[in-house]
Amino acid sequence: MTDTAPPPTPARKTKMLVRRHSLAVRITHWVNVVSLTLMLLSGLNIFNAHPSLYWGAKATFSHPWLDMSGAQVGGRWQGTTTLAGAKFDTTGVLGASKVGADYQARAFPVWATLPSQTYLSIARRWHLFFAWVFGINGFIYLASGLIGGHLKRDLAPTWADLKPRNMLHEIVEHARLRFPKGEEARRYNVLQKGAYLSVALILLPLMVLTGMTMSPGLDAAFPWLLDLFGGRQSARSIHFITASLVVAFIVVHLIMVVVSGLWNNIRSMITGRYAIEVEEAAS
Amino acid sequence: MSIDRRHWLRAAGASALGLAGCNKISEAPPVVNFLSSAEGLNRRVQRLLLWRKSLAREFAESDISKDFRANGSINPSDADYRAHVESGFETWRLVIDGLVDRPQALSLADLKALPSRTQITRHDCVEGWSSIAKWTGPRLATVLALAGLKPSAKYIVFHCFDSLDPGAVEGQKRYYESIDLVDAFHPQTILAHAMNGAPLGIPHGAPLRLRAERHLGYKQAKYIMRIEATDRLDHIGAGKGGFWEDRGYEWYAGI
Repeated sequence: MTDTAPPPTPARKTKMLVRRHSLAVRITHWVNVVSLTLMLLSGLNIFNAHPSLYWGAKATFSHPWLDMSGAQVGGRWQGTTTLAGAKFDTTGVLGASKVGADYQARAFPVWATLPSQTYLSIARRWHLFFAWVFGINGFIYLASGLIGGHLKRDLAPTWADLKPRNMLHEIVEHARLRFPKGEEARRYNVLQKGAYLSVALILLPLMVLTGMTMSPGLDAAFPWLLDLFGGRQSARSIHFITASLVVAFIVVHLIMVVVSGLWNNIRSMITGRYAIEVEEAAS
Repeated sequence: MSIDRRHWLRAAGASALGLAGCNKISEAPPVVNFLSSAEGLNRRVQRLLLWRKSLAREFAESDISKDFRANGSINPSDADYRAHVESGFETWRLVIDGLVDRPQALSLADLKALPSRTQITRHDCVEGWSSIAKWTGPRLATVLALAGLKPSAKYIVFHCFDSLDPGAVEGQKRYYESIDLVDAFHPQTILAHAMNGAPLGIPHGAPLRLRAERHLGYKQAKYIMRIEATDRLDHIGAGKGGFWEDRGYEWYAGI
């Protein structure tokens, strides 16, 4: 063959580090990791002291909507979880589980509580200490996010984000674990925005407010808390439900962190730098 | 059913559980002491937020629990208490002493003759449940006025009949509780001799119990025999201001 043009040089892909997370976001994120973890674990120990949930102002002991109990049936330990009247055998995890070599009646197992043994007074010390850490940290995050523009710039969905076609497209792409590349990777997609915003502005504030509603002192100071949540036992139920949703968020969040580039994600939350792939034109 | 009774039995088995390492940190006294610093913050912040007189919610008759749970001691076996039960609390006297000008010994009839307050309130156990009942009795402020507090008094201590921890050393077996003067003079702080319109039953603290409505259940001392005004708490029980406080719970029980 003669006189042919040289083959076109393929566009080269190079990595470029972009600044993704501000210092305030990084610090508050990790303080949140520590305080939320300790509060979830100590919260489950506190729950174990009375593992039943009710609606309204007062307990209706014979009709909890959620209950975890353990009993010996024919010499064998059995853990039962009752949800809205339906009974489930949850032996080994909920209701009855092993403490050392032997089974005990306990709602959540030793690996899910802090301290690992039933110890309400110390669990309360952990919970009520880190409630302050968590609350102050959350306030700093929201205040700096409002003042610095993080919430509006990075998290508030744009009109383009909210178009049904875009939402559908991003849901499909996300479900296929295909993540945006190049310039698109600089910003959060609408699912991320929705998840982060609802955790930061709805779930976690609900946890704080329902936690406050369980305090008889704060109920006297702010009686509207009781009206807002429909009574102290409702607040306790909502506290448990929102905590469960936070756990669900954390599970999905951790999976997405792993599948979308573990080290890149972790680096970005420590140093602030996030690598995106950009196509370079042939030289 | 009682809060943490199991933790008294806990120590023996702890290291056998294979969790010793974790618990060494989560239960270590210096760690717990550090975490406990939050109690002072909670107390100060709540006292800032709470007007001295801001009231706990009061409920309607229809809200009263039919299954109000009795917790802690529910039928004390102490000999002096049993004798009072036998005689229908005929010779029972509420002793009021300590830092007061005129120590008192009031009979149940004396207490019932005082102006009384009736309130339907929510009882919040530290375990997490709540029950609602109607309580009747004189305000603690009224009773303290009879005795006349000395200016040096800072706390009101409630000494109770029931030995909730019979295995403890002498002086730490029986239940007791304490509140400061902000709570002592709160309008809803009463000495209840009636519950839901009937004389207070034994499971709920006959003949007299405290209602300090902005606190958790363990503050609501039952089976009261003596009220002591004092300027410090370190000489009573194990020195932390209450039976459960001596066993690790917060003295400020508003949270």
